[in-house]
Amino acid sequence: MTALRLALRADDRPILIAGASIVLILLAGTAYTMATQGTATLLSPNYLLQQLQVGAFLGIVSAGMMVVILLGHIDLSVSWTLTAAAMMATAVGGPWAIPVGVGVGLAAGLANGLGVGYLRVPSMIFTLGMDAVLRGLMVAHTGGFAPQTAATDLMRALGAERTAGVPNALFVWAAVSVLIVLVLKRTVLGRAIYAIGNREQAAYLSGMPTRRVILAAFMISGACAGLAGVLLAGYSTKAYQGMGVPYVLPAIAAVVIGGANILGGSGRYAGTVVGVVLIVLLNSVLSIMQMPEAGRQIIYGAVIIAMLLAYRGGKLAHT
Amino acid sequence: MPDPIADPFLTLSGVTKRYGGVRALEGVDFACSRGKIHAILGENGAGKSTLIKIMSGVVAPDEGVMRVERREVSFASPAEANGAGVVCIFQELSLLPDLSVADNICVSTPPRRFGLIDKGAQRRRAEELLAAIGCEDVNPRSRVRDLPLSRRQMVEIAKALGKNPKLLILDEATSALTSADVERVYDVLGRLRRQDVAILYISHRMHEIEALADVASVFRNGRHIETFAKGARSNAAIVQMMIGREISSQYPPKPERPRPAPMLEVRGLSWEGRLRDISLDVGAGEIVGLGGLDGQGQKELLLALFGVLRGVKGEIRVGGKAVSPRSPADAKAADVGIALVPEDRKTEGLMLPMTVAENLAAASLGRFASGPFIDRKAEDIAVGEAIRELQIKVGSPEDPVWTLSGGNQQKVVIAKWLMTKPRVILLNDPTRGIDVGTKQEIYRLLRRMADEGAAILFYSTDYDELIGCCDRVAILYDGAVVRELEGAAITETAIVASSLNIDAEAPAHV
Amino acid sequence: MSDQVLPADAAPAAPRSGRRRGGDWLLVLRQNGSLLFAIALFALLYLGYHLAHPRGFTTQVLVQNANEAFTLAMVAMAQTIPVLLGGLDLSVGAVMTMVNCIASHLVIGSPGQIALGILACLASGALAGFVNGCVVVYGRIPPIIATLATAAIAIGVALLLRPTPGGKLDEDLNWAMTNSVADFAETFGLADGGKAPWLAPVAWLPVPVVLLVLVVVLVWLPFRRTVTGRTIYAIGSSESAAYMSGLPLNRAKIAAFTLAGFFAGVGGLFLAIQTSSGNADLPQAGAYTLNSIASVVIGGTSLVGGSGGPVGSIFGTLVLRVISFGFRVFDIPPLLQPLFEGLVLLAAVSLGAARALRVRNTLDLFR
Repeated sequence: MTALRLALRADDRPILIAGASIVLILLAGTAYTMATQGTATLLSPNYLLQQLQVGAFLGIVSAGMMVVILLGHIDLSVSWTLTAAAMMATAVGGPWAIPVGVGVGLAAGLANGLGVGYLRVPSMIFTLGMDAVLRGLMVAHTGGFAPQTAATDLMRALGAERTAGVPNALFVWAAVSVLIVLVLKRTVLGRAIYAIGNREQAAYLSGMPTRRVILAAFMISGACAGLAGVLLAGYSTKAYQGMGVPYVLPAIAAVVIGGANILGGSGRYAGTVVGVVLIVLLNSVLSIMQMPEAGRQIIYGAVIIAMLLAYRGGKLAHT
Repeated sequence: MPDPIADPFLTLSGVTKRYGGVRALEGVDFACSRGKIHAILGENGAGKSTLIKIMSGVVAPDEGVMRVERREVSFASPAEANGAGVVCIFQELSLLPDLSVADNICVSTPPRRFGLIDKGAQRRRAEELLAAIGCEDVNPRSRVRDLPLSRRQMVEIAKALGKNPKLLILDEATSALTSADVERVYDVLGRLRRQDVAILYISHRMHEIEALADVASVFRNGRHIETFAKGARSNAAIVQMMIGREISSQYPPKPERPRPAPMLEVRGLSWEGRLRDISLDVGAGEIVGLGGLDGQGQKELLLALFGVLRGVKGEIRVGGKAVSPRSPADAKAADVGIALVPEDRKTEGLMLPMTVAENLAAASLGRFASGPFIDRKAEDIAVGEAIRELQIKVGSPEDPVWTLSGGNQQKVVIAKWLMTKPRVILLNDPTRGIDVGTKQEIYRLLRRMADEGAAILFYSTDYDELIGCCDRVAILYDGAVVRELEGAAITETAIVASSLNIDAEAPAHV
Repeated sequence: MSDQVLPADAAPAAPRSGRRRGGDWLLVLRQNGSLLFAIALFALLYLGYHLAHPRGFTTQVLVQNANEAFTLAMVAMAQTIPVLLGGLDLSVGAVMTMVNCIASHLVIGSPGQIALGILACLASGALAGFVNGCVVVYGRIPPIIATLATAAIAIGVALLLRPTPGGKLDEDLNWAMTNSVADFAETFGLADGGKAPWLAPVAWLPVPVVLLVLVVVLVWLPFRRTVTGRTIYAIGSSESAAYMSGLPLNRAKIAAFTLAGFFAGVGGLFLAIQTSSGNADLPQAGAYTLNSIASVVIGGTSLVGGSGGPVGSIFGTLVLRVISFGFRVFDIPPLLQPLFEGLVLLAAVSLGAARALRVRNTLDLFR
């Protein structure tokens, strides 16, 4: 046991704790269903896949959010970026639906990146303003009603259907994950993102193009939110007002529960995936228990604080 | 000889302090008494700043005992030290930039009425204290952020006086001051001495110490060498005590040869009134030093060449081709090839939590990239080579860089830039806070890089280094090059005289 | 040496201090430039609004506007205090909502019960803030993420208390608090039923405005003058210098969050009195938090801490609110209103960007 712990790097600890918590949640949930219904619903593969399908949308948003958080910034505009992408994709329809949706995300990310990277407005407030602008655009576009346009067949196939019993949304999430891991681990851009998150001055003085890196990171986040919007519209067959709003805070929470430092510079992508799974499963166990919203909110908050306190316990002090 | 310290106010016995592997103080016995101005002398890294940090409660000693008026004390914070009457004016300002002058001066014990801070009384107190040091021109309502550096330093002094110190420590307190203010500070110190305050005075300006001090103590390599009364030691003896070794032995020999063709040419460089019409050449294979008192534009010159400053006027040529880098990314590009080892390795040089390998590769990622991807194998090989070549002591290249000692961290910063194969290498005080052994390695490394054809521009606050390392030295004063010294003309006397922008050829006024 | 050396013979004391007094005014104005900008912007917008309003410059319009602005103004004041530390409090909207739900249960009955209920509401707001402070200081969790978590807990408590909107508050109180001072006096039979001559000069003022002034004068201004209050500014300005000056860092941080909770509680209590009900509305809580950040920025408080203050945030709120009042008067199509609000917000926050483009030493951008 001690040998195992020695072999672990500091940022593995959150992943292990979060992983153990997932097992705990599954066990507790199963114990509950066994006691009340005499079945182990939670452990059935079909049920788990269904939960993960819902989790895929959060997972894709979180992937983009993580890239921005690694920089030491935050993207609060994902809610309406997601919604705008879904609305524009369904409005355009046809073969261009998905490219338009992702393009909306990229454009929102571009604006955020320019504001944060070049004008140096704090990301917290600039992305908040961007969120308001996107919301305004969508209200003006739709007249404030649910859009009548429907998702294309391809969107529906990606968001709602299954291949060989596995939801297609999971494949998309997996593809996004592979891309993000490649970017973070294998590319110059990824290295620069971690460097800027750790010490922007040192990265700049090492000759890294810090402004362009910030721009790129926000565009990744925007594109992820856009893609999630397209998929979510496919899943629900249409776009609707405020569909992205319930994703912002859980995405931030997933990244942080996954062990990434909210101030930037450290965190592994695997952690974010574990964080998403934890949040999704916690959610489904609570709904099986028919926990009222009040209890859920309290449990969410308590889980985030408890996890962070647990990670602290093992953190080495430095500098 | 009679003991110069009778009836001490504060004593240290057997005090030792280590930072990681570097020992900053080693078994120091020290004492100072009231009514005396006591100068502390020593080179950079001699342990002076650690000494005052211990006295003023910023750091705790690893071993040893401190006594104030014969009672044993251990200060947990600067506030506790202040409570015992020990007040320090630090080099790095301890002022709160967004608060007003009056707020700052009274920050720890503001005058209160009904439990609330009495702004009027506070302002009157600030005015009194400022008047006492001849600074009636500073408005107590001004925000500290809006004051020029020299005024801030005077506010810092007023703030310290407001605490009614029994022991006042000044750490290079006059280095940022105008000459008129320096005179005022001298008057204040004289008055405090008459009021029986103990004063510890740290300065690199020898004539100041000559004019002010009653007693002096010399420190070297973390040890207290000797304390003596004014006039008891000759200047030559003091310098010998401070240096304590043969200077020449630790530097690699300089090549004898005609001046090489210039690699870096600077013509008429100016910036914001802080750099004034600087012209300078550095040859391929040459090490040129930048000297002068701190803050005369040396750092700005390096930053201007590296593309960090905006609005730089003048001409820069590298290898005969005109360049105008607008960012460090431009400066390191292959057709320019400038590298900068920055001033503060912890904030500007390194990403401390990241690994040694990641830090080493940070400036040359473009070299290992095929398309957007990093070629890990090529990176590993290059990192391994750099670690071997500079003999960086690491367990594994995957260790976080903060686990290394200061000297090895600095080697990582230098190696990072060598990996870009630069043609011009700029260094901003690269040996500050580094142990002697690593310093020597860095000197040899600089000479080797020069021999391989690089042009090296090297700013140092340590005169010894300039003398031992550089083929030529340019002395800056108030943003301009006031003198260039070459070969045998590079002497301490010449450097000091030029630094003060005086013509005196007489021996440095020690 | 780059500084001008002053002549040794300083000017005689008397004329100097005379000159200084004149100069002090300018100095104080300059130091509060961003606050004055917010006030001027508000004054300008509000004047235009009244001129265009068919029933402009009447007590009814004033009262209506004040009622709509008060809660956000309190939440923005709450947000300001952690921002002065250099942190951010994502729980202010949630704490406001929680106290709103508590009030919908407690602020009814005999005058004694009502008074106790109000006290309980204010105390629970402060308690929520105190918990935030403790999580930040002793749990060493960054404020933004700590308050994200506590916000969920506060919303949970609110939902527990009010699963569906409802409840009832004292009707007299509702009337008295949301109308003019004269109405307030009349309701409670004070000052000859509001007809006393001495009350006349202020009788037309909306009660929320008076309340806001009271909170600033009785709570914020005295607090700012305490060592703890000053330490909050000191921490935001330079935490290491604050430590070196021996200031009580932990106490100030906890106090900052506690005060934020208290202010948010006042806002929640008022909202309950105004609507005579409680509503654990999650999106509304989020909107209040986000608008509070916008108000703080428009009000001139720096997001890195150290400068600004809650008074500026009040005017930031007023600017935001007047813009939306203006939509009604100027017949802006309702569909364009959210876009307009967004663009104004984005423009306001980009104002500070001029600095980034002016800076001469690019290393200064990172400090």
